[in-house]
Amino acid sequence: MKKYGEKVNWPITILLILGLITVAFPLYMTIMIAFKQPSEMTNNIHGILSFPKSWSLENFKEAMRVTDFWNSLGNSIFITLLTVVVSILIHSLIGYSIGRNKDHSKFYKISYLYIVSGMFVPFAILMMPLVKQTAQIGLDNMAGVIILYVVFYMPMNVLLYTGYLKNIPIALEEAAKVDGASTWRTYWSIIFPLMKPMHATVAVLTALGTWNDVMTPLVIMSGSGKNTLPLAQLNFQTQFGTNYNLAFASYLLAMLPILLFYIICQKQILSGVVNGAVK
Amino acid sequence: MKKINDRQRTFLMITIPILILFFCFNTLPLIKGVIYSFTNFKGYGSYDWVGIRNYIDLFQDSRVGKSYLFTFKLAVLATIIVNVLSLILALGLNSKIKFKSTLRGLYFIPNILGALVVGYIFNYFFTYILPEFNKMIGGNGDSILASTKWAWVAIVLVCAWQSIAMNTIIYISGLQTVPEDVYEAGSIDGATGFAKFKNLTFPLILPFFTINMVLCMKNFLMVFDQIMALTKGGPAQSTESISYLIYNNGMSGGQFGFQSANAVIFFIVIVVISIFQMNFLGNKEEQL
Repeated sequence: MKKYGEKVNWPITILLILGLITVAFPLYMTIMIAFKQPSEMTNNIHGILSFPKSWSLENFKEAMRVTDFWNSLGNSIFITLLTVVVSILIHSLIGYSIGRNKDHSKFYKISYLYIVSGMFVPFAILMMPLVKQTAQIGLDNMAGVIILYVVFYMPMNVLLYTGYLKNIPIALEEAAKVDGASTWRTYWSIIFPLMKPMHATVAVLTALGTWNDVMTPLVIMSGSGKNTLPLAQLNFQTQFGTNYNLAFASYLLAMLPILLFYIICQKQILSGVVNGAVK
Repeated sequence: MKKINDRQRTFLMITIPILILFFCFNTLPLIKGVIYSFTNFKGYGSYDWVGIRNYIDLFQDSRVGKSYLFTFKLAVLATIIVNVLSLILALGLNSKIKFKSTLRGLYFIPNILGALVVGYIFNYFFTYILPEFNKMIGGNGDSILASTKWAWVAIVLVCAWQSIAMNTIIYISGLQTVPEDVYEAGSIDGATGFAKFKNLTFPLILPFFTINMVLCMKNFLMVFDQIMALTKGGPAQSTESISYLIYNNGMSGGQFGFQSANAVIFFIVIVVISIFQMNFLGNKEEQL
């Protein structure tokens, strides 16, 4: 759709490409160090930033062993996936029942404000009581972390779903009602599929937040002997000692899954993030 | 009439269990936190009521005071830096450039990475790479992370590096809502360069500015991962954020009750700031 006479602004293009150095440099540094052997790291910048003599995968093998990579990865995927699925099911449901009733019912109006105001509660104040509470009822494990995420992301997601619901005319449901379908069935067969764009946004935001979160698993499941990817980095930090090559191989491994995911779903992720923030 | 009742019953059966779940894992711990803040609970063993003792001590505790000062300094500075740079970057990425979507995609990468690992990578950068550059220009080659005077700058930089990506994307979507004919009308009136930005573009994307300010402030006030990865609060407790102090002393330092009081105050501060920001910036929007 380019109009004629529109010229490409090359100076800005070049400046922006140069600016990418700030993004690329830390990643470049990570890759270089991750592939090197400690003996190659002579104590100057050239030794650190030059290309490795050989692109050996030894560091990665060792880092995987030290940080129990596959188990941590599995736990991270399990927690994130389950959180996203449960969030989409539960948050869209509560968003639906609140969204359809809050304009004419005081109970739903208050419920809405009650849940959404949860957004202001910092984790710091919930942290200590939650550690006690989850330990008492046997939820100081991955299941507990998932339940907490579903609760923590509820305010934002309910806000998103109720906002989106305004675009879905109630006449659609009334038509189904005339055909004899129950509210429950109408929801799953008509409304839930129609909210698909919002499901995508909720999935992206919830997944990014839970995948990279350190604090919740740190305080809740640190006694369970299980790690998520970020938690493994924290817990095994001391084991790397001064072997930075091993440490960086591990950092690269920890970043790789989300980077690959981003490359594949870049468009959905960007539009999801924008939708979530702007709504 | 029966159909309506069925519908209402369905809604209630959805809403009530979820409300209970939310209450149990959000409101209940919040209430417990407030209750703990009036005790001398260490995190284990028995405890006594101490009334508002913790709150009085809180305002006299220099370590707590220092952590509030540090956290606010960090949040305000990082918010300003991030918003200025994101706005510039967004204007660039929204102009008529080549490789537009590729560039946008690449600039967003820092945001998807975990703050902890990013912190570790920058930790190395500040410890081993930056001092070398410092020596080249005749400095003493000390790491800024080891300096009580400069360690906080490192944390601002790392926070900014990650957050700029997010804010830029929001500003870009803001800039895309500005219709082309506004600029055409503006150029007839002779608006160019900075005047065009100040009088036309900026007022129109003010709602997005509000979102970014609120998001930034809130996130930076709760900063934790970066502290954990870069300084662990040091050197000499100069970079202890409020969240870090509550975590560190509350969970393992035997100050469960005391840090609960700290968390209550922190909660109130967050609410007040968020409401203030939304009202203040909201009013400005209406005037325009």
